[in-house]
Amino acid sequence: MLELKNISYTVQDENTGRRQDILKDLDLTFADKSINVITGPNGSGKSTLIKLIMGFEKPTAGKVLFNGEDVTMLGVTERARRGFTIAFQQPVRFKGITVKNLLELASGKRMDRDDMCDCLSAVGLCARNYIDRAVDGTLSGGELKRIELAMAVAKGGELFLLDEPEAGIDLWSFEDLVKIFDRLRDKTVIIVSHQQRILETADKIFLFDRDKVSAAERGEDMFALLTRRPALCRRNVKENCYG
Amino acid sequence: MDKTDSELLETIADLHGIPEGSFNIRKNGKLMARNSTADIEIVPKKDKDGIDIIVKPGVVNKSVHIPVLLTVGDFKETVYNDFFIGEGADVTIIAGCGIHNDACGDAEHDGVHTFHLAKNAKVRYIERHYAAGDGTGKKSFDPVTNIYCEENASFTMESTQLGGVTSTVRKTYALLGKKAQLLVKEKILTDNEESAVTDFKVELKGEHSRADIVSRSVAKGRSVQNFGSDLVGLSECFGHVECDGILLGGARIISTPKIDAVSPEASLVHEAAVGKIAGEQLLKLMSLGLTEQEAENAVIKGFLN
Ligand SMILES: Nc1ncnc2c1ncn2[C@@H]1O[C@H](COP(=O)(O)OP(=O)(O)OP(=O)(O)O)[C@@H](O)[C@H]1O
Ligand SMILES: [Mg+2]
Repeated sequence: MLELKNISYTVQDENTGRRQDILKDLDLTFADKSINVITGPNGSGKSTLIKLIMGFEKPTAGKVLFNGEDVTMLGVTERARRGFTIAFQQPVRFKGITVKNLLELASGKRMDRDDMCDCLSAVGLCARNYIDRAVDGTLSGGELKRIELAMAVAKGGELFLLDEPEAGIDLWSFEDLVKIFDRLRDKTVIIVSHQQRILETADKIFLFDRDKVSAAERGEDMFALLTRRPALCRRNVKENCYG
Repeated sequence: MDKTDSELLETIADLHGIPEGSFNIRKNGKLMARNSTADIEIVPKKDKDGIDIIVKPGVVNKSVHIPVLLTVGDFKETVYNDFFIGEGADVTIIAGCGIHNDACGDAEHDGVHTFHLAKNAKVRYIERHYAAGDGTGKKSFDPVTNIYCEENASFTMESTQLGGVTSTVRKTYALLGKKAQLLVKEKILTDNEESAVTDFKVELKGEHSRADIVSRSVAKGRSVQNFGSDLVGLSECFGHVECDGILLGGARIISTPKIDAVSPEASLVHEAAVGKIAGEQLLKLMSLGLTEQEAENAVIKGFLN
C-alpha cells in the first residue's frame, strides 16, 4: 500500500522568484492489488506526483509511506530496490546502450533470448529485431515507448508507476497494453492516462485539477462522470486562456 | 613470453598466444616473433626501425597482427611501418600497442604508419592503445598515421585508447582519390592528469570521395582532451566529422573542427557536442536499481561500447 500524506510541492521561478504550488496538501492512498488511473488536464501535476513517488524530487512538505515505511527521504536507487518501478512519459535515449543492455540492467541478471522475448513480446515487439538496437534516436517514438514498458516488465516490482503508457502507441495495440496491466493486477499500479480504454480498466480513477485532486471514486462511477462532464478535465486549460 | 606479455597481447590484439598467418610481434625494441606468408609479406627495413608489409593484389579475408609491447621504463622508440595494399585486396590489420611500466622512467612508443591502398583495395585497421603499471614513469604514445587511397579504395580505422595512457598526440592524415572512402571510429577515455590530443587532416581530392570521422570521448578527473579536425573538399565529395564528448569531474574537452570546401561541389559537415551525462539518463538507470556510480559507468560503457 502506498500512502501520500499532506504532500505539497512548491517551486520557485528562477527569474521572478515567485513561488508556485504544483501540488498542495495531497492525501491519497493506493491499495494493494489495485489499478489506479490518474487523469486530468495538461500541467495539473500528474507527472510531478509520479516523480515525487519515485524519489526524483522530494516533496516540499508531507510524507510518502510504502507498506507503512516512511520512504520520503529515500533516494531513487533504494526505492527501485524496494519494488518501485517507473515507466517515463518521455523515454530517455542513450548513445550506444542496447535494448539487451537495458533489459539486463532492469532485471538485474543475464537474460537469454527467451527471457528477452517474454518482455518484448508483452509490449508487441519481436525480440530478434530489437535486442541489439541502440536505445537512441534511431528508434521510433512508439518503439521507444514500448521498450520503456518492456523495461518495467523486465524489472518487475511491487509498485508500478506508468506515466501515459499509451502515448505514441498505435490505437490498434491498446488491447495488448491492457493485457500488461492485467498481468500486474496483483501489484499496486498507478497509471497516468487520458485514454478511455485504460480508464475502463481502472479499479479507481483520480481526477487531478490545478494543485488538487478533485475526485477519487470508484472506477466505474468516475468514468461515467467524466463521460457526462468532460469539461472537468478541461478546466485548467481554459483558465490559462482567459485568465 | 611471460604473464605480462600475454595479458598485454590479449588486451590490445585479442591474441591468446602466437597468432596464425602473418604477424610481427615487437617487444622493448626487439623482434619477438615474426611470420611472413606468400600473401602478406613482412620485410624489415634496412635504413631505420620498422617493417614493410606487402599485401599481394587480390588477397582477401586475411589478417595481419603487428602488436608492440613495452614493459620497461626509460625507453623511447620511433618505428616506421609502411603498408602496401595491392589492387582489390581486402585485409584486416591489427596494430595494438601495450605499455606496462612499473618503473619511474618514461616509456614511449611512437609509430609512424603509412598506408598505400591501390585501386579497389579495402583495409580495416584496428589500433588499440593501452597502458598499465604502478611506476611514476610516463606512458606515452604519439602515433602518426598517413593514408593514401587510390580510386575506389576504402580504409576503416578503429582506434581505441581506454585508459592508463599519460599522454598521447595522435596525428592522422588521409588523401582520398576518386570514390575512395575513409571511415574513422575513435574512442578515447582519459582520467587523472592525462592528456590526449587528436588531429585529423583529410583531403578529399577525388570526385565522389567520402570521409566519415566519428570520435567519442570520455574525460574524467582533471584530464584534458583536444580534438582537432580539418576537412578539405577539393571536388564533389562528402565529409562528416562528429565529436561527441562526456565530461566528468574537472575534466576538459576542447573540440576545434575546421572545414574548407575548396570546391563548391563539396559537402562538408561537422557536429560537436560536449557535456556532462544527462541527469535523466542517470535517473532512468537509478530507477532500475543502479547506484549513481553504477549508472554513470553504464552510460560510459555504452557510449564507448
Ligand atoms: N521545476 C519546475 N519549475 C517550474 N514549473 C514546473 C516545474 N516542474 C513542473 N512544473 C510545472 O508544474 C505543472 C505540472 O507539470 P506536470 O509535468 O506534472 O504536468 P502533467 O499533469 O503531467 O501534464 P501532462 O498531461 O502535460 O503530462 C506544469 O505547469 C509545469 O510547467
Ligand atoms: Mg505528464
